[in-house]
Amino acid sequence: MPRKAAKGKKTAGAADLLKELGPDTLLDWYRKMLLVRVFEQQAAKAYSLGKIGGFLHLYIGQEATGTGAIAAIRDEDYVVAAYRDHGHALLKGMDPKKAMAELYGKVTGCSKGKGGSMHFFDAEHRFLGGHGIVGGQIPLATGVGFKIKYVEGDEVVLCFFGEGAINQGAFHESMNLAALWKLPVIYICENNRYAMGTPLERASSLFDLSQKACAYNMRRDVVDGMDIFDVYTKVSEAVKAARQDKVPTLIEARTYRFRGHSMSDPAHYRTKEELEEQMKHDPILTFPRKLKELGILTDEQDKAIQAEVKRVVQEAVEFAEKSPEPDLSELFTDVYAEEEV
Amino acid sequence: MAVLTYLQAISEGMREEMRRDESVVLLGEDIGVYGGAFKVTKGFIDEFGPKRVIDTPISESAIVGAAVGMALYGFRPIAEIQFADFITVAYNQIVQNAATIHYRYGFPVPIVVRAPSGAGVHGGPFHSQNPEALFTHVPGLKVVAPSTPADAKGLLKAAVRDDNPVLYFEHKYLYRRIKGEVPEDDDFTVPIGVADVKRPGRDATVITYGSTVHTALQAAEDLSAEGAEVEVLDLRTLRPYDEQAILDSVGRTNRVLVLHEASKTGGVGAEIAAFITENAFEKLDAPVMRLGGLDTPVPYSPPLEEYWLPSKERVVGALRRLLEY
Ligand SMILES: Cc1ncc(C[n+]2csc(CCOP(=O)(O)OP(=O)(O)O)c2C)c(N)n1
Repeated sequence: MPRKAAKGKKTAGAADLLKELGPDTLLDWYRKMLLVRVFEQQAAKAYSLGKIGGFLHLYIGQEATGTGAIAAIRDEDYVVAAYRDHGHALLKGMDPKKAMAELYGKVTGCSKGKGGSMHFFDAEHRFLGGHGIVGGQIPLATGVGFKIKYVEGDEVVLCFFGEGAINQGAFHESMNLAALWKLPVIYICENNRYAMGTPLERASSLFDLSQKACAYNMRRDVVDGMDIFDVYTKVSEAVKAARQDKVPTLIEARTYRFRGHSMSDPAHYRTKEELEEQMKHDPILTFPRKLKELGILTDEQDKAIQAEVKRVVQEAVEFAEKSPEPDLSELFTDVYAEEEV
Repeated sequence: MAVLTYLQAISEGMREEMRRDESVVLLGEDIGVYGGAFKVTKGFIDEFGPKRVIDTPISESAIVGAAVGMALYGFRPIAEIQFADFITVAYNQIVQNAATIHYRYGFPVPIVVRAPSGAGVHGGPFHSQNPEALFTHVPGLKVVAPSTPADAKGLLKAAVRDDNPVLYFEHKYLYRRIKGEVPEDDDFTVPIGVADVKRPGRDATVITYGSTVHTALQAAEDLSAEGAEVEVLDLRTLRPYDEQAILDSVGRTNRVLVLHEASKTGGVGAEIAAFITENAFEKLDAPVMRLGGLDTPVPYSPPLEEYWLPSKERVVGALRRLLEY
């Protein structure tokens, strides 16, 4: 599947978006995208040192999708993600300190260390997880959409999942419900080509995934998930449709993960050549290059942004390392909601 | 006898059954080309081909449902659920279809559902569960949970040969940590429904299964140094469980602790304790005690997770209370 949509719809180019949004916004996107990348590189290091345990799934390579999509919504909108969730959480506003501390299993983490990498959560920023069961978050996001419609709000929900999740019943039940009830949910399938070791072609009878929406009479789109401008433009259209007309959309974002499925996966199921080819589109290189072409980012500014992001991540690491482990009594807190008496 | 890890024993059991019987096929996520998330089926696709080692999409409901459909017509599918936690997605197919078809139509449903369960690997709340009690409640299902390599192989082979749906909970913490001698005879099986005394004793019995068999054995060793002889009875099969072996052991020791890694409330231990109370009340010198994982989800934080697990110290403590009663 080519990355660009065949449908010939013209995406607003980088220059148009610069005119529309101004340089500060684009530079802010770059800062955020870089934060996600550097945060995860640091997490990978800590994992190798045994400071983070369990499973760690990195978003490295896919950042343009999360960054562009979340840039297209407001603070009061909701984001629901799968288990590859660090990027989405940070982009929705989670404090990197809380995120890193959660990876370290510390009590200062976003779930007091009880959830770990796959289950980030930040109610204040309306980031509703981080979900370890593939596809399990899709009905939940649909329910949040129903809530919005019920109370006649104008927020929207972005629901992220991998292409592997499309083969779960939960996905299909949710699609139908959202289309039937006209819910303001944008379902973003991040097709990074592999579900663990299984390429899409061996798991799905249909490769052009947004066509799944046709079965539910739902709006659909395809975006180049390595191109932040394309992501932003098309997600913005879907957000408009959701906000104004309460219409859901299924978007396939064609992207790629550069690392293995998790830290323990050497990814022998793909060739070195394939990876190298894909890495030419690395958004963390192509995006700043574009910003420089547009004349809004100088090499010195770039260096300054990189240094600033590194500092933020370093502070997050120090915070996580210095934070205490949860007290054993924490095991029993929050199992049930407190009764109000 | 060869010395195998718990994981190798499961692999070997499957490989032997596949060689013996062409109707045995495997279905699961990344079990073929990738060799399985834990590499239990590594190399299987090379030996048996993609027709019998079937990589599926991430669709647990359809995986088990397809296994049931094939089983109606002579196949003996082994469905792998990558982590036991995800078995909830297939719950409907297991509990409604697999468990009741023979009762309703008289068709046997010889499927095995393998599910790596258990905590101890910092997997967090959705990669650490022990869901066996969700299934021991269901008539029509058999449920096994081996603790040693020999039992793992023998029960796997027995499960494949059984004409009923068998849920096979293999503890992932034991995969590479437990080694033991395993019979090489092709027809070696461990019969379903038969418990095993893993350590004889006279003063108290720990009735347990799966990972906590090892915890119980260590606790028994500690107490032996203090002069108390604790019997460890490994249930191996949780439904139908070995009533006679339980009664025999209670007759010998008169004191029972039921132990499992799964959370205590509503767990398998509740059933065993009730059975003993109903059937051997006069034999008891103390109330049947239970010990399990604590009654919370399994947390990611390594120290909290360790605290959640029923440790050897906790087992020793419970046994002391039991012995002193
Ligand atoms: C219900 C369920 N089945 C299986 C798994 C194990 N598992 C975790 S991630 C994964 C692959 C998911 O692929 P995809 O949805 O494409 O997301 P990606 O890893 O590409 O981000 C699998 C099989 C799970 N967590 N939940």
